[in-house]
Amino acid sequence: MTALLSILVLVFILVAIWQMVKIFDLTQSDSVDGNNQVANDKDNKLNGYLMIGFLAFIYIITIWSFVELGDLPLMSNSASEHGPGVDSLMIISMVVIFIVQTITQFLLHYFAFKYRGEKGKKALFYADNNKLEAIWTIIPVIVLAVLIIQGLFTWTTIMNVNEDNDPLVVELYAQQFNWKARYSGADNTLGKANVRLIDIDRANILGVDEADPYAQDDIITSELHLPVGRPVLFKMRSQDVLHSAYMPHFRAQMNCVPGMITQFGFTPTVTTVDMRDTPEMKDKVTNINKIRVDKSKALVAKGEEALEPYTFDYLLLCNKICGKSHYNMQMKIIVETQEEYDAWIRTQKEFKNSLVNN
Amino acid sequence: MSAQADTHDAHDDHHHKETFITKYIFSIDHKMIAKQYLITGTIMGVIGVIMSLMMRMQIAWPEEPNVIFEALLGKWAPDGVMDADIYLALVTIHGTIMVFFVLTAGLSGTFSNLLIPLQIGARDMASGFLNMVSYWLFFISSVIMVSSFFVEAGPAAAGWTIYPPLSALPMAQGGSGMGMTLWLVAMAIFIASSLLGSLNYVVTVINLRTKGMSMTRLPLTIWAFFVTAIIGIVSFPVLLSAALLLIMDRSFGTSFFLSDIFIQGEVLHYQGGSPVLFEHLFWFLGHPEVYIVILPAMGLVSEIMATNSRKPIFGYRAMITSILAIAFLSTIVWGHHMFISGMNPFLGSVFTFTTLLIAIPSAVKAFNWITTIWKGNIQMNPAMLFSIGFVSTFITGGLTGIILGDSALDINVHDTYFVIAHFHLVMGISALYGMFAGIYHWYPKMFGRMLNKKLGYIHFWITAICAYGVFFPMHFIGMAGLPRRYYTNSNFPLFDDLADTNQIITIFALVGGVAQLIYLWNFFSSIFYGKKAVQNPWRATTLEWTTPVEHIHGNWPGEIPHVHRWSYDYSKPGHDVDFVMQNVPLKEGEEELQH
Repeated sequence: MTALLSILVLVFILVAIWQMVKIFDLTQSDSVDGNNQVANDKDNKLNGYLMIGFLAFIYIITIWSFVELGDLPLMSNSASEHGPGVDSLMIISMVVIFIVQTITQFLLHYFAFKYRGEKGKKALFYADNNKLEAIWTIIPVIVLAVLIIQGLFTWTTIMNVNEDNDPLVVELYAQQFNWKARYSGADNTLGKANVRLIDIDRANILGVDEADPYAQDDIITSELHLPVGRPVLFKMRSQDVLHSAYMPHFRAQMNCVPGMITQFGFTPTVTTVDMRDTPEMKDKVTNINKIRVDKSKALVAKGEEALEPYTFDYLLLCNKICGKSHYNMQMKIIVETQEEYDAWIRTQKEFKNSLVNN
Repeated sequence: MSAQADTHDAHDDHHHKETFITKYIFSIDHKMIAKQYLITGTIMGVIGVIMSLMMRMQIAWPEEPNVIFEALLGKWAPDGVMDADIYLALVTIHGTIMVFFVLTAGLSGTFSNLLIPLQIGARDMASGFLNMVSYWLFFISSVIMVSSFFVEAGPAAAGWTIYPPLSALPMAQGGSGMGMTLWLVAMAIFIASSLLGSLNYVVTVINLRTKGMSMTRLPLTIWAFFVTAIIGIVSFPVLLSAALLLIMDRSFGTSFFLSDIFIQGEVLHYQGGSPVLFEHLFWFLGHPEVYIVILPAMGLVSEIMATNSRKPIFGYRAMITSILAIAFLSTIVWGHHMFISGMNPFLGSVFTFTTLLIAIPSAVKAFNWITTIWKGNIQMNPAMLFSIGFVSTFITGGLTGIILGDSALDINVHDTYFVIAHFHLVMGISALYGMFAGIYHWYPKMFGRMLNKKLGYIHFWITAICAYGVFFPMHFIGMAGLPRRYYTNSNFPLFDDLADTNQIITIFALVGGVAQLIYLWNFFSSIFYGKKAVQNPWRATTLEWTTPVEHIHGNWPGEIPHVHRWSYDYSKPGHDVDFVMQNVPLKEGEEELQH
């Protein structure tokens, strides 16, 4: 595949250079008058038709993109309570964009074709029209007002975490190039922490304050488990550089900033198991596994190991450039029932028991 | 403003013998300085584009050996496999070079220098000497930026936004050592250059307009350059102070941007600083910078569209008003880059509001351009094709801004390929088209020769198709959640189904990149072998076409022409020809349009 593509590219390059040489030779034989480098009627006609062709190309690539790439698993099928609101705002915006794009590109390219220059024709002297300009000032104002109002409403709902309905408090801790989660334990209050308290020898890797009574029952894990239907409030920290906790399936993202605690809250609504069972996700996974099987064949032929089959999991990705291994800084998220969650959390070590005495 | 017009003797230095050095190297003539900017910008552009092609090849065929990598990256591509560190360095330097060195200095530097004196009727810039200093600072800065590829631990690799702490701590990343120092020094010099240039443009436009050239008779190019220079003066110093504070954090142990850091097994002493402060300072320039890039392109395109449509620009006053509105709004929207930076969500609401407002003047401009070509007599010169291409990509790219500017939607597409697609179309490709349009249009003014139009057509059509081929599908990859700045996606089986699309994008990018060779060939060979240009090849109305084809000091051999009308009298009823130059007096009974 790669070899084929490389050859294809090479051929393109050669063709381009060959054409360049040929055309340049042809033009050298023209007369010396510089005015033959100004567009004439023939050029206007040719390029006018090409404008229409280009309009068609824009429409085709738009349709192709929507058909081939339009099943957007991270833009539909959201797994959080606020997700559908975001998605419907996204769809409204996309519809507005699609309509405006289709109309304006048509006008632009069609006019370029329709009014292509001809010798002896005279353009219309038309310099101003206040009414027209008022119209295309006011229409965007109205459309944008609607989008702004709905956008701000959605934004406020997402960002204002209501702490009254007892959210599960979890710390997300970022370091080059790893994520950790710290659960607040039975008291649902995180113990104090600061990177200055990190003591690697005692396995206190997050700098949790050993003297803080709230800290004793905290639980530090490398996988993020969330009970379905319960609001969760993330407190984010970073120990070294900026990171960004990106959880696309939940329409959630927040930077992790050294020296301050940031937060983001949402309520997961679909368990991992249920998400795996949705028809969209099944299609997607089947498709990906087909691709992986093909890839594996090539790998095995080269004497390398085959790829493992893919099963769907929610992911937390780092989405702020953070250094060499930025491209592989991830953590698995598992959304499960309250009972499964309880069972899992019981198997994890509490902070006070995880310390190493030296 | 007219006093200067009649005292041209001082500039008549035919008898003053010019050496090679004063004419071609340390020139104080604005036309030569413009050409110096253009050629330096072109070289930087070639470097920047090659970097992007290498990135694209890495994304499409990750971790596979490639002879091109081996040849160009040397030790950074052992056995031809690109290293993850150098990938981030390419990301960083590509962004820096294209935004600052090509689309700021290369675009604004070239055309502000060339056109401001010629179009307002001035003998030269207000200060030729400062102008020369400005160019040479830019040159030095370019050399330093490129030289950072040759330092031991590699060039800066923290992204073109150089957010600390990544950019501040050499232990966080190889590129944050000497490479980042060179980046900061290069940018500090660049900002000095840019400020000297901008001050010169502002002073020249205010003081040196010829008799009759009132502000409302100025071509839109000059308005665009003028407002761009003002934005530059307002915002670049803020980046300079951010850079200085970062240098102090790096070298003198201050804590402006750093606090509570534990890295490689030790706690650093920094306390009380905030990376978010740096983000505010950076984007206070960073966002206006987008308009510093796009406004000159808008000015050039407005002028070229009117000339080639043989029609006045539609809504001249609305065009000026929207330039001013965009300029004002551009300074109060920077927070939309920081919705999820940890700043107060209420601030996010404010920035969403101001950001979406920018769509209004932008929409006015787009509709005015479309109306300008309506019922025109469109001359399809290569410059006109690039101008139409500009409007097309500006609309396509600009529209997705209403998604990114909306804080609620930005949460999920922030820092994905959606953003890359958006800003490359709306400011990268668009500004580049504006620059190409300007070069094809004013090449005869710069070099006294014509560019070959057939090569121009081939250049445009291949570029136009490839630009859409690269950036249109990229939106969808972003909406599928693929983060930007990933060296490879193979650690995420989730994204395996995007690999094909990534390969298609890369093929379009390679073809588009190679197509630029056609342009380079055309550009450099036409300097020597192009057809000789006539004085006013496009039959335009502005003053630069009243100067002789051969460049002379002081631009006009005799007196500076006086101006009697605005610059858009194309196809005006009552005239035999379809253009009336600005220096032609009104006929008896003819009224100047109340524009």
